[in-house]
Parts: sequence; structure tokens; C-alpha cells
Amino acid sequence: MSNLLAYIPLFPLLGFLINGLLRNRLSKTMTSIIGCGAILISFILSIMVYMEMKTGQTTVVTLFDFIHVGNLHIPFAFQTDALSAIFLLIITGVGFLIHVYSTAYMKEEEAPHFARYFAYLNLFVFAMLLLVMGANYVIMFIGWEGVGLCSYLLIGYWFQNQDYNNAAKKAFIMNRIGDLAFLVALFWLFNKTGTLTFSSLFDAKMHLLDKLTAADITGITLLLFVGATGKSAQIPLYTWLPDAMAGPTPVSALIHAATMVTAGIYMIVRSNLLYSMAPVTMQIIAFIGLATAILAASIALKQNDIKKVLAYSTVSQLGFMFLALGTGAYTAAVFHVMTHAFFKALLFLGSGSVIHAMGGEQDITKMGGLSKKMKVTYITFFIGCLAIAGIPPLSGFFSKDAILLSAFMQNKILFGLALFAALLTAYYMFRLLFLTFFGTFRGTKHQEEHLHESPVAMTVPLIILSILAIIGGFAGIPEVFVKEANHIASFLSPVVIDKVHEPISHSTEYALMAISTLLVIGVIIFAWFKNKNFKATENSGLGKVLENKWYVDELYDQSIVKPLGATGSFFSNTIERLGLDGAVNGVGKIIQSASRQFRLLQNGQVGFYILLMVLGLIFCVMMGIYKFVL
Amino acid sequence: MIPVLLILIPLLAGIIGFMAKNQSKNIAWLASIASLAVMLYAICIPTCACNFNFQKEWLPGIGSSFHLGLDGLGKILCLLTAFAFPIIFLATSERTYKNEGNFFALMLLAQAGLMGVFLALDGLVFYFFWELALIPVYFLCSSWGGEKRIAATFKFFIYTFLGSLLMLVALIYLSNKTPGASFELQDFYRLQLSGKEQYWLFGLMFAAFAIKMPIFPFHTWQPDVYDQAPTATTMVLSAIMVKMGLFGVIRWLIPVFPNAATYAANAIIVFAIIGILYASLIAIKQDNIKKLVAYSSIAHIGLMCAVLFTGNSMGHEGVVMQMFNHGINILGLWIVVDIIERKTGIKNMSALGGLAKTAPSLAILFVIIALANIALPLTNAFVGEFLMFNALYQYNLWAAVFAGIAIILAAVYTLGMIQKVFYGKSKEATAGFTDITINEKVALVIIVLFILVMGVFSGPLLQIANNNFAGIN
Repeated sequence: MSNLLAYIPLFPLLGFLINGLLRNRLSKTMTSIIGCGAILISFILSIMVYMEMKTGQTTVVTLFDFIHVGNLHIPFAFQTDALSAIFLLIITGVGFLIHVYSTAYMKEEEAPHFARYFAYLNLFVFAMLLLVMGANYVIMFIGWEGVGLCSYLLIGYWFQNQDYNNAAKKAFIMNRIGDLAFLVALFWLFNKTGTLTFSSLFDAKMHLLDKLTAADITGITLLLFVGATGKSAQIPLYTWLPDAMAGPTPVSALIHAATMVTAGIYMIVRSNLLYSMAPVTMQIIAFIGLATAILAASIALKQNDIKKVLAYSTVSQLGFMFLALGTGAYTAAVFHVMTHAFFKALLFLGSGSVIHAMGGEQDITKMGGLSKKMKVTYITFFIGCLAIAGIPPLSGFFSKDAILLSAFMQNKILFGLALFAALLTAYYMFRLLFLTFFGTFRGTKHQEEHLHESPVAMTVPLIILSILAIIGGFAGIPEVFVKEANHIASFLSPVVIDKVHEPISHSTEYALMAISTLLVIGVIIFAWFKNKNFKATENSGLGKVLENKWYVDELYDQSIVKPLGATGSFFSNTIERLGLDGAVNGVGKIIQSASRQFRLLQNGQVGFYILLMVLGLIFCVMMGIYKFVL
Repeated sequence: MIPVLLILIPLLAGIIGFMAKNQSKNIAWLASIASLAVMLYAICIPTCACNFNFQKEWLPGIGSSFHLGLDGLGKILCLLTAFAFPIIFLATSERTYKNEGNFFALMLLAQAGLMGVFLALDGLVFYFFWELALIPVYFLCSSWGGEKRIAATFKFFIYTFLGSLLMLVALIYLSNKTPGASFELQDFYRLQLSGKEQYWLFGLMFAAFAIKMPIFPFHTWQPDVYDQAPTATTMVLSAIMVKMGLFGVIRWLIPVFPNAATYAANAIIVFAIIGILYASLIAIKQDNIKKLVAYSSIAHIGLMCAVLFTGNSMGHEGVVMQMFNHGINILGLWIVVDIIERKTGIKNMSALGGLAKTAPSLAILFVIIALANIALPLTNAFVGEFLMFNALYQYNLWAAVFAGIAIILAAVYTLGMIQKVFYGKSKEATAGFTDITINEKVALVIIVLFILVMGVFSGPLLQIANNNFAGIN
């Protein structure tokens, strides 16, 4: 099976090359077949790899030396194990559905741009596969920056709009801040252990991690985590993700919900042995994750752009995953990555279907009553909302429960705050649902006539994802319900070692589930009464702060962007022009004026020259005597 | 014979070019292709010193012999030189020059000078070619440059000439210290200098190299010259000539004055890193695209200079790779800048925009080159930068962190450049912009292929680069 591994990323790469190079010649149908087909083949290969994978097995395929200098040896190598396999299935599976959806969503584009879109999308899948299949941190980093590039290209896909381009640039730059931390962590790790290859680093028999002191481990894990905050949109580097909604909606579903933004979680789970040795870092991760979950959820309460609500929801859900990581529940984090990929991709694609029907309108205050015109979109979106809110037995319930439980065992306050974030989630999601699909239509007459259900290529992926959003949770049924039915935990167990907590009684566990479920239902009912009749109101006080996203963008602008720009201007206009260049030119001027004086000596009178010559000779003779005497 | 050919072909062709006015362009083409062929042959045949060494009596009276040699480092830079000239001629073939004969002849003389610098194993020969490379460039800038060319080239010439003279003083002093009063590089390596001598001589020679690179705060000649020189000359300057400074440090400075180099390392690295951040911040604020590229280059060169003084062997290999790759990438940037300037007459980015719509091929090629400029993985610059930052990290964590901030700033100005020039809506000046000609496309595609292939396979370049006359540490 190992020989199949290298082909999994190969096909998306080929798809990228063909669609990219032949973009002016291919018809849209051909482009769609190539773009979707490449991912479908990768998906089939991923299933084969998954099926044939034996428990605890790690397969490594080395292609060639990427870097080989001195003792730094970085092979271009892929590996699969249980962790990679799960991500492979999510990336290629959900990725394929989103590719299919895109063929309909983007069909208004001209053929060359349509091909450009699919080329970028395939390139993204390629980079994402490198990220999760890399057998060492450097290959992971290649994928890590590669997905960032594709995200940049796709956010700015409609490049004539400079606002979109600004969003794209912001995403790339904020990611690069994280990437710098990632790189420094790699140097640190390499210089202490001598390798960046997972199989050596994490091999208990080689004792490489023993070479690290506690300070090393804290430093390395913190730096890697800073990298993760960039890619996975956590405090303080999350502000690019809501802006990234400038990209086409399927891109938001694939990159900014299901796959790329979970890269940080993958990286930390991949390094779980390292993180388990770093208690301080773990606490920081749990804290940042929780803070992000609450902050983003609070902002989502007051957003009126359908995609912005989902974007902040994604930031918030990623915060949940980091909370899980911080409490040592790596498996729960991966589990939530999976269920979140299902229901959030579903919600994004559903919002895309809505935007499609509304002729590009994204403001939910101008929607309402869409359920009558768009049955499939409505039902699937409803399922997505139930899943993300954590209503049993939908997928979100199981994964969120696993996280809440881990938080409870770690610390009761963590649990309380996490539950609070979960309730906010239920509120803003159902507010979104009610404002969009319930009540009466508030848009223009023209929009109302135009309302329609989306084509099959869009609804089928919605249906498949909604089924996955319903049943996806059964991959991780908790022990308390059925013994040994938590497949995802047992599948991951060879690679991922969760923190062991004091066990709690079954009755407590049931009680926690019951409390959280009842509260969520309560919040949904509250949201119904609050939003069933939409009234446009001006926000004030806290509402206004939330509507303006806690003014974080403004804060960054004032405290970082503007000062840096001002420094640049100061360097450019003052130091460079007046200081350095002034000094250089000043020296030049002095020399010139001096030479103007000296030039007077060359006055063309022979007598004067002879005088000077005599004076010179006398001087030399004197010097000679002086030297001789001494 | 190979080293001699590498110098002789462009030199003779240049001299012929002065006389054969109308045919000069064709001669330049032939000569540059011939040099490239010789260079490729030199790389392909297995390493054997006999082919790569050449020594003849020159000025026995003052202890200088005409000694040339081609080692790994030399191969990399000669290859860059041999590769760059045909690409430059190809990419700028749409340009017309008055007194065309002289223009191409001077370009070839510059090539001969550059080759000589990278091949010289004798101090006086090195100095001779160092000046031979400078003088044609001076004439190229002052005769074919932009409106403010005289002031810019004058500053450039005086500045670098001053540096060269300081170096000459140091070389003569060194030669006097050798037992046989020779200028032989190997004799310099064997010198036992006192601490004080080392510091003084190091300072003199470093001044010449620092101006040439240039590093902060000796860089002020560069943006103006890049802006004012004819673009073909700017390409020679930025792709190849600035490497003379780095090359000088590797071959003629650090191994000759090891103690002084260690002593000065801290100060130089600090200055270089200040320079990196300084230049990057200025680049962000530039509206003139040529100056932006110039400051970006100052930042990149500053990083290489800093790493050279870390004394880290992996870092050195990174620098050698990066010298080559930076040359390729900046060549690509200039080609695109030249196309835009020629077609629109504009170099201010605020007046440009929307080119991706009217010239998609140019946009795609430029974006790839720009990504190489910020060392995205799987472009040619990544492996070199990885090795260099690793070396800086080993030297000092904070050196790596502060220099690393330039990675972020590079993304800011490079993506800003893409956005302002290529994205957005067409403006008045860019409305009628047409896509690139076949010659330009070929030149850019070759560069992009280099970027991608060497981004994935770094091995061959590293293989060429090893086997040096004098490894440092």
C-alpha cells in the first residue's frame, strides 16, 4: 500500500498544472471534470490507505533529499499513520464535495477564470496533503505555507476588488507572523535534537526528546503554538479569518472552515508527546482557546453578514478545539475537527446556496422566509445548526461533549466558561437560521422573484454533508453509553496519547450532558422568541462594541500598522534622505570645495611651481634628517 | 583553459563590438551564449583542478602572476554571470539604444570584468578585474541612464572607487608582508598578521566590500543608481555585481583575517540586521517600483552578509545558494519592471493597476517570481533562507528573530507591489496594456522554471558549490 502514498498528493498537483496551464483552452466542463476528478482519485486512494492500515502502523515513503547539508538532512518524505489517515479522508472527502459544489456555484465565471479557480483549489488540496502527510516538520512547513498561499490566492480571487485584495494580503501577512514563530521553533528543535523527522523524534527508543530541558520544551511548544494561532485563527492572530470571507463561498467552506484552519490542531496533535511534557504551554493553550471561543462567539451574536457569522463561529469552534488540546484531550480535538468539517462545511455551502439565490446578498436583515423557496437548503442548514449547537444525537453533540467533559475534569471553571461559549453558539446560530429562513422576506421585489433552489450539483453535496453531520458523531460514542465504541479514540491511540484524568462517575457524566443539552434547548427557544419577528434596531452599548468586533482591528491598526508605517516614512524621508545621503553628499561637498581651493594652486605660473618644488624638497630633506637623527 | 575562455570571450567580443557598430548586438548575443556554453561544459565535466587552473607570468617585478581558477564558489557565480547576460539581452531586446554598438560592447566588458573577479586567485588580478567591472557600468549608467543619471552615477562611482582604493592599499600591504612579496591568494592565506594589522586591513577591505554589497549604512548610492541606470545595466548591477562584495568577503576577507572577522562579527551582524529591517521598512513606503526592488535587495543582501559572519558552515552553503538564487529572482523582477516601464512610461505604483486583467501571462509569471522573492517553500530561495536563518539562530536566538521579522515585512511590501501593479481595476495608464512578447515570455519562463526546479531540488546547486579552494572554518 505504501506505493500509493505518493500518488495521493500527485493527482491534485496534476489537476492544478493541467487546469492552470491550459486555462485558455479548456471548456468549463473539462475543467470541472479534471478539477473534481483529481480530488476524487485522491479520495479513493485515501480510502484504500485507510482500509489497509493496520493498527499502529506508520508507513513512510521517501522520494528524494530536499535538503542535505552537513548534519541537516531533510528528506522529501511522506508518512501515513492513524492521525494522517483521518485528515486525509476529511481533506479529500469534504474537498471533493466542495469541488463538485463549486462547478455550479462558479459557473457564471468566464472559462479562463473558472479554470484558474479550480487550479487554485487543486493546488490548495495538494498543499494541504503535504501538510498532513509530511514525514518531518519541514515538509509540514512547506504545506503550511502552501495552504497560506492558496488561501491568499483564493481570497483575492476576484482581484479587481481592492477590498478583497486587502483581505487576502492581511491573511497572508498574519499567517507569516505565525510562520516565523514556527520556523524558529524548528531551528530550536533541530539544534537540540539533531532531527526534524517525526519517526525519530517521537520514537521512545531513541530518547531524542530527553535532550530537551524543560525550558526548551516550553519554548518550542509555545513557538509552535504561536504558529498555530496564525493558521488556526486564535487570539491574537484571528482577525484575518472574518475578512477572508471575501473569497468565493466554497473556498470559505473548504479552506476557512473544514481544512486549512485546522492545520494548527493537526500540528499540535502531531507533536502531542512534546506538548504533554509542557504543562505551562498546555495551560496557555487552554486559556487562549477558551478566550477565543468566547470572544468570537460574542462577536457572532451581533453580525448581520451571513458569512461573517459563520466565520466568527469557526474561530469560536477552533477555540473549542484548542481548549481540548490544552486539557490534553487530543483525541477529542481531532474528533471535533472531523465533525466540525462536516457541519461547518455544510453551513457554509448552505449560506452559499442562499447567497446564490439572493443574487449575491449576504445581509441577513434583508432575508427572511427563505424556507418556502429553498427546501433542501433550509432543511440541511437546519441540520447543520442542530449539529453545531450540540443537540443529541447529531455529530456536534458527541465531539463537544468530549471537550466539555475534558474541561470539567481539568477544572470546573473551564467547564463553566466553555458551556457558556456553547450556549452563545446555539444562540447566534439559531438567530442566523431564524432571520434567514423564517418570518417574511425583507429583500427587494426583484430578489424575491429571483429566489430559487440551487441546482443539483449544489444540493447533493449539502445532502451528503447533512447526513455526515447527523451520523458523524457515532465514530466517537463515549464510554458511558457503550463500552469500547469510541472508534476514533481506539484508532488514534497508537499515535496520540491523551492526558489521563481522575475518572468521574457515570452519573456525573450523564448529569453534565443533560445540563448542557437542556440549556442549549432553552437558548434555542429564547432565540426563537427574540428573533421570530425581525425588527431593525440600532445597537448601543455592549451591542455596538460587539457589532464592531471589540474594535480589535482598529486597535491593531493604531498600535502596529500605523506606527510601522510611520517608522518607514521616517526612515525613508528623514534618515535616508537627510541623514545618510546627506552625510555622503556632505562629504562630497567638502571635498569639492576643498578641491576648489587646491585648484588655485594650479595657477599656471612656472615660478610658483618652482617655489613649491623647492619647498617640497626642503621638507623632504628635513624629514630625512629628522629620521636619521632619531 | 576554461577560466581564460570565460574572460576572453566577452572581452574580445566587447572590443570587436566597439568597432563593429551595427553588428554589436549580434556579437553580444553570440558571445554571451558562447560563455554560457563554456560554463555549462565546465559544470558537466567532473571536477579536475587541471582544467580549472591557469597561471602565467604577468608582472613578475611586483610579484603578481596572472592566476585564475574555478572552484565551487566561482562556478556558482560564473554560472550566474553566464546565465544572466543572455537572459538580459533576450528580455530587453525590445529596447533600442543610441550608439548601440558602444552599449553592447560595454555590457560585454562588464561581463569580462565580473568573470575575472570570480576567477582571480591573485590579489592584483582581482583588483584589476574589480575595476574593469566597475568602469563599463559607470559609462553605461552615465550615457544611457535616466534624467538624473549624472548625479546618481557620480555618487556611485566615487563611492565604489573610494572603496576600491582602500582595498588596493590593503592588498599592497598584504603583498609586502608575504615572504616572496607576492599577490598570490594562497600566500595571503598563510600570512601570520598581528592583531592590529588584521584589524586595520580588515577594515580597509571590508569597506570596499560593504560599499559594493551594499550594506547599511553604505547603501545610499544604490536606490538612485538602480532607478536611473538603463534597466539592462541595473540587472547586471543587482543580479551579479552586488555579489562581488559577498564574494570578496568569502574569498578575500574572512580567510585572510580570521581573527579580525571573529572580532568584528558581532558589530557587523548587528549592523546588517538593522539594515535588513531598515531597508524593509523603507521598501514598504516606496511608490517607485524600482526603488522598492532596490530596498528589497538591500534587505536580502544584508541577511547574506550577516550570515557570512556567523562562521556557520551550513549558513555559508545557504549564502552561496542564495547568491545564485537572489540573482535569478531579482533578474526576473527587473525584467517585469522594465516591461511595465517601457509600455507605460510609469514606475510609480499608484498610477498602475489592473494589469492582471490585460496581461494575465505577465501577472502569473510575476507572482511566482515575487513569491520567490519572499522565499516561499518550493521556490528556489527557501532552502537558502532556511539554512541562513538556522545559522543565525545558532549564532543568537534574537539575531534570528529580528532578522526573521524581515520575512514578514517582505511579505508586506512584495504582496503590496503585486496588489498595486497587477490587481484592482485598470487605470488610465494601464488601460491599453498588452501582454508580453514571445522574447519576454521565454526569458521569464526560463527564470520561473529555474525558480521552481531549484525550489524542489536543491541538491545539484549544492553539489556545484562544494569543492572550494578555501573553505571558511
